[in-house]
Amino acid sequence: MLALLFILFGAMAIGCALAMVAQRHPLYSAISLIGVFISLACLYVMLAAPFIAAVQVIVYAGAIMVLVVFVIMLLNVEQEEHRRPRLKFLLPVAVAVAAILIAEVAFILVSVQQESRVAASSSVSDVGVTQSVGEALFTRYLLPFEITSILLLMAIVGAMTLARRGGLIPRGDQARRD
Amino acid sequence: MDSQTAIDIALKFAAITVAFVVVLLIVAYTVLAERRVLGFIQGRLGPNRVGYGGMLQPFADLLKFILKEDIVPDKSTRFVYFLAPIIATMAALMTMIVYPFGPDTRIPFTDISIPLVISRFDVGLLYVLGVTSVGVYGIALAGWSSNNKYSLMGGLRSAAQMISYELALGLSLIGVILLAGTLDLAQIVEMQSGWHGFRWFIFFHPLGFVIYLIAAIAETNRVPFDLPEAETELVAGFHTEYSAMKFALFFLAEYINMFTVSMLATTLFLGGWNVPFAEDLFGRGSFLFGLVSVIGFLLKVIFFLFLYIWLRGTLPRFRFDQLMNFGWRILLPFALLSIFITATIIFLFPNLF
Repeated sequence: MLALLFILFGAMAIGCALAMVAQRHPLYSAISLIGVFISLACLYVMLAAPFIAAVQVIVYAGAIMVLVVFVIMLLNVEQEEHRRPRLKFLLPVAVAVAAILIAEVAFILVSVQQESRVAASSSVSDVGVTQSVGEALFTRYLLPFEITSILLLMAIVGAMTLARRGGLIPRGDQARRD
Repeated sequence: MDSQTAIDIALKFAAITVAFVVVLLIVAYTVLAERRVLGFIQGRLGPNRVGYGGMLQPFADLLKFILKEDIVPDKSTRFVYFLAPIIATMAALMTMIVYPFGPDTRIPFTDISIPLVISRFDVGLLYVLGVTSVGVYGIALAGWSSNNKYSLMGGLRSAAQMISYELALGLSLIGVILLAGTLDLAQIVEMQSGWHGFRWFIFFHPLGFVIYLIAAIAETNRVPFDLPEAETELVAGFHTEYSAMKFALFFLAEYINMFTVSMLATTLFLGGWNVPFAEDLFGRGSFLFGLVSVIGFLLKVIFFLFLYIWLRGTLPRFRFDQLMNFGWRILLPFALLSIFITATIIFLFPNLF
C-alpha cells in the first residue's frame, strides 16, 4: 500500500518536473512546478513529517508560486521563442551541472546505505512533527534561526526602499529640496 | 494489507462520502437561505415557488445547471480553463476532513465509542491553511485562461487580495495556537471544554477573532470584499466566461469556502462543539451529549453563515485601493498587536489558562 502510494507520488513529482522543463509557456511551467511541490508534500506526509509537508504547501505552493503566477499574469508573458542564438553554451553547461547533481545524489545514497545505523538518538517518527521542529529551532539552531529572520527583515526593508520611487525620504520633503 | 487496515480505509471512505453529501446539502440550502434572507432585507420575497417555501429550489437550480449548454470560449487556454474550476472545488472540499464536529460518542446499546471527526493529525490547522492557500489558483487561473480582460482583472484582483489577507488571517490564528499549545483541531476544541463548556478562546483573544472574521470574508471573496467578481465593474470577474456546470463548480466552491471558514471560526474561537452545561446534564461520552454537541456546532456555524448573508445585504463594496490599504495598514498591524497582547498575558499569568 505505502509502496504503491510512494510510486504514485514519486511518478507525479518526476512527471511534473519534466513537464516544467519541457513546457514553453511560463504559466504552464509554473503550474507544473506547483504540481511538483504538492507531490513532494505528499511524500513528506508518507515519511511521517506532516509539519514539513504542511509548510511546503503553505510557503511554496501557497505563497511563492501565487506570486510567480501573479507576475506572469500581470506581465502577460507570451510563449517563449524557440532557440535563442545567444544561449548556445547553455546546453553543455546544463548537462555538466546535471551530471554533478546526479553524482551528488548517488554519493549520498551510497554513503547512507553504507552507514547502516538509522537516526542515532531520536526515533524516526518524530523528526518532522511540529514539536520537535520547534524545539530544534529555538534551542540547538537558535543562532541560524535569528540570523535568517534578520536577513528576511533586511530583504523586506530593501524591497520597500526599491518600491518607493524617491527612496525612504517622503515625497513632499524631496520636492522641497529639488 | 491485512483486513483491519482494509476495514479502516473503507470506513474512512464512507465517512468522507457522508460528510461530502451533508456539506453539499448544507451548501445548497445556504444558497436558498441567502436568496430568501436577501429578499427579506430588500423588502421582496425571494424564490418561494418550488416546493414548500422554495425548499426544492436548489435542486431545480442544479438541474438547470446540468442541462445548460457548456460554452468554451474560442481563444481560451483549454487545459487550464478546465482545470481551474476543479482546483477551486477540490481545495474547498478537502479541508472538510479535519474539523471535529462532535466529541467521542458511544453508539446507543453498544460499547463502541467513535470520535466524531473524520481524521485528526498533528498539523490539522496548518493543513487547513495550506489547502485554502492552494484554492486561489482556481480563481487566478480561471481569470487568466478565459482570454477576457474582465476575467483577467478579476483573477489578478483575487490573487492580490488573497495574498494580502492571508497574512492577517494566519497571524490572527497564532494567538489561538499560543493558548492551545497545539495545532490539532480536535485538541484545540478539547481545550475549550472547561468552565462548564464555556471556556471559549474568543474571551481570551477577542481582537484576533475580529481580525479573523474580517480576513475570512476577504478570503472567500464575499461582499464587501467581492472585488474579483464585482458585477458593476467587471461584469462577473473571473467567471464571466464560465457557463453551465463549470460555473456551478465556482459557485459551489465559494459557498463551501464560506462554510469552512465558518467552521474554522467556530472551532477556534467559539468552542467548537462545546455547548454550555451540556456535559453536566448528559455526562461525557453519552449519545445525547454527542447529539447536543453536534447540534450546537451546527448552530454556531449557521450563525456565521447568517452573518455573511446579513453583511452582504447591508454593506457596500470597497474600492480596490481601500481594500489594500485596509488589509496592509490596519488589519496586519492589529493582528501583530493581538499576538503581542495575548503572548504577554500568557507570559505574565501562566496560571490563568
